Amino acid sequence: MTKLRPDGEATLRTDPLAPGADVSSGRLRRAPESFLTPEEIRQVGQGRRAFLRASFLTAAAATVAVGTRGRAAAASTAVSVGDPDILNPTPWGSSLGQPVAASPYGQPSKHERGLARRQSPGLTQVAAASVSFAPLQGLFGIITPSGLHFERHHQGWQDIDPTRHRFMIDGARPEFVKTPKVYTMDDILRLPSVSRMHFIECGANTGMEWGNVAVPTVQYTHGMLSCSEFTGVPLRTLLEDCGADLKAATYVLAEGGDGSSMTRTIPIELVLSGEVLVAYGQNGEMLRPENGYPLRLIVPGVQGVSWVKWLRRVEVGDRPYATKDEAVHYIDLMPDGQHRQYSSIQECKSVITTPSGGQTLVDKGYFTISGLAWSGRGKVKRVDVSVDGGVNWVEATLQTPVLSKCLTRFILPWNWDGKPALLQSRATDETGFVQPGYGQLRAARGSRSIYHNNAIQTWQVAENGDVSNVQIL
Amino acid sequence: MSRFCKAALLGSTLGVLLGLGLGGTALADNFPGVGRPATPAEVKAWDIDVGPDFTGLPSGSGSVSRGMDIWEAKCSACHGTFGESNSVFNPLIGGTTAEDVKSGHVATLKRTDFPARTTVMKVATVSTLYDYIRRAMPWNAPKSLSDDDVYAVLAYMLNLAEIVPDDFVLTDATIRDVQARMPNRDGMTTAHALWPGPGLPNPAAKPDTANAACMTNCKPSVQRTSHLPDHALGAHGNLAAQNRIFGPVRGQRTGPDEAATDKPNPALTLAEASGCLSCHAVDTRVVGPSYSEIAARYRGSDSADALMSKVKAGGEGVWGAVTMPPQPDLKDDQVKTLVAWILAGAPTK
Repeated sequence: MTKLRPDGEATLRTDPLAPGADVSSGRLRRAPESFLTPEEIRQVGQGRRAFLRASFLTAAAATVAVGTRGRAAAASTAVSVGDPDILNPTPWGSSLGQPVAASPYGQPSKHERGLARRQSPGLTQVAAASVSFAPLQGLFGIITPSGLHFERHHQGWQDIDPTRHRFMIDGARPEFVKTPKVYTMDDILRLPSVSRMHFIECGANTGMEWGNVAVPTVQYTHGMLSCSEFTGVPLRTLLEDCGADLKAATYVLAEGGDGSSMTRTIPIELVLSGEVLVAYGQNGEMLRPENGYPLRLIVPGVQGVSWVKWLRRVEVGDRPYATKDEAVHYIDLMPDGQHRQYSSIQECKSVITTPSGGQTLVDKGYFTISGLAWSGRGKVKRVDVSVDGGVNWVEATLQTPVLSKCLTRFILPWNWDGKPALLQSRATDETGFVQPGYGQLRAARGSRSIYHNNAIQTWQVAENGDVSNVQIL
Repeated sequence: MSRFCKAALLGSTLGVLLGLGLGGTALADNFPGVGRPATPAEVKAWDIDVGPDFTGLPSGSGSVSRGMDIWEAKCSACHGTFGESNSVFNPLIGGTTAEDVKSGHVATLKRTDFPARTTVMKVATVSTLYDYIRRAMPWNAPKSLSDDDVYAVLAYMLNLAEIVPDDFVLTDATIRDVQARMPNRDGMTTAHALWPGPGLPNPAAKPDTANAACMTNCKPSVQRTSHLPDHALGAHGNLAAQNRIFGPVRGQRTGPDEAATDKPNPALTLAEASGCLSCHAVDTRVVGPSYSEIAARYRGSDSADALMSKVKAGGEGVWGAVTMPPQPDLKDDQVKTLVAWILAGAPTK
């Protein structure tokens, strides 16, 4: 029987040759290209072949626009001859394509334009001190395309002339650095480099959701998260080159070369481990300007604000600096009125990206639940997925590679029976830390912290296939 | 603060360093020819950080009254006359009491009904304010304040927050007394496990949550505490247009098609891309005047050329003391487009 949506629209299967396929077989609802109006359904039911033929022509000519009621594919569902995109010549299969280098720096398909960085309306008042979120709902694997990397700028972004960029190392006191030095980009690129894949997450990611559900999709709940292969020189190498006293030093200060000259205190332990990089490369090319071109600090496992962009200076010292972004912002308010200062590590966290909030499942039946897991303390050890709101869990499959302080992709097969479901993922890292639920997190920190929300995310699947953002304890 | 260090010069870097006039100084390096010693002047120019113990604080002074003059010229456009404005940034001043100055804890931070968390409610260290104002303010002209200007502006802020009296003069000496009066000076804790090292005082030994990986019958019931209200579903535009058009899912239709809505005016896009909208808005005054104000002032007169040169060369004094920086990267035809658009009332579509 045909299911009607509340607004009276019916939807159909898309594959006309599927066993038992007919108008009344009842795809659940609106994949946009599958819409038929009730009148059209009536026409099809009455054998109005002319209507279908017209639709065939539309199918051959049209690019189905997002969100429009393109009827071509749906119209084809009621015939048994075959799919017009198989039976008829396609424009791309019957014409000459474009030449090489038509697009000297390649761009994504025009059909992918919906997946873009976006701002959350009302979050900030000034776009130069704001955030754009990465479209996690449409990404695969673990690497974020550089053009989709989330943005957080404190005083606008700059496109620095690399031939005029300088990097300086000095000491808070003379004894910390034997010879303060200046490096040009020529110098930095001559040094031995490493390339490593790491996630970067803003400390305020998911910050809008501390108290309650606030935003509709995973782009806005979790999109201050990206992952790249970074290439650069271990900061330790450069400090040693300047004769830094790495026994006396306990902290370093990193400083940007942009207008904000943003500063953050970095623990010497991470520098000594060789993990902190002075990086210029991102996914095989230079850093994008929005991500700190030509030089930024990489501080694996630590919140993004410490990955100072447009890096111009590192100072070696023996006490934390209480900079603006560790004394006014990026401090976590606790229920007793105290702020946690120097909260830096991004604890173990995960989120299902498909299906996720604001999406609609195209049908009942088989799906692959897919998502991302990460930990600022090392590798992800396992991810469990629940479809009943956390009563029962199943271990998901981790796609390789599984790297330290890097996004890990998990997947789990799922046959959706059309009944309401509550999807959750729960990550465990190699230290044994298990991602907390909202109840546990709020019991420890209240709900006004803004920063470091790593709670388990819940997506509610309704009978009509709609997925929405909910919170459950 | 660093000093220029001297060391033995290695032969391999001799030529390079002599060529820079730095003979006689060098380093024990692993990478011959890579990098060079920083000169004392270079270190002085860039090493401007001021620590909580006032390491790096320059000498100087500024009075509350001089600070008020600078404030009104360069700060109040964004932060409000009394540092209370939330129209551009979060408020700076407010929410603290004389009792907080005594106790060192801002009591308002315990309240869940207080609408804002101002800078002065949060910051524990006065050094942070000096350091930040000097390196990053004003918003559109960072590092343009003199050290004395910074003292004066900070003195005025401290006076607005009722931490110092009207006749106070902030200096590199008196700032130490101010630290003992900061309302939230004891409001920070490092008793947490989110610092990746042992360096901070009183670190927590373990994370503050301890979930267990239960697999079956983990709770008797599921309690849904929050969901997105229907009216908020459309607040982020049409979600159908923010998802792929094929695959296992589609975005929900929560608004009109992007293609169906009017495209933004190309001049508006240009203004946004050129950074103009960091300081100007169409209808409201941000840092600089709104475009409608500019249009009203220049409309009818033969002033497109004058406005073009203003955009390119920058200006000061026409709309208050906040400087409009020059825009050398804009091409003539871009400036022409922008000026025509502004004079037309800056239509958004």
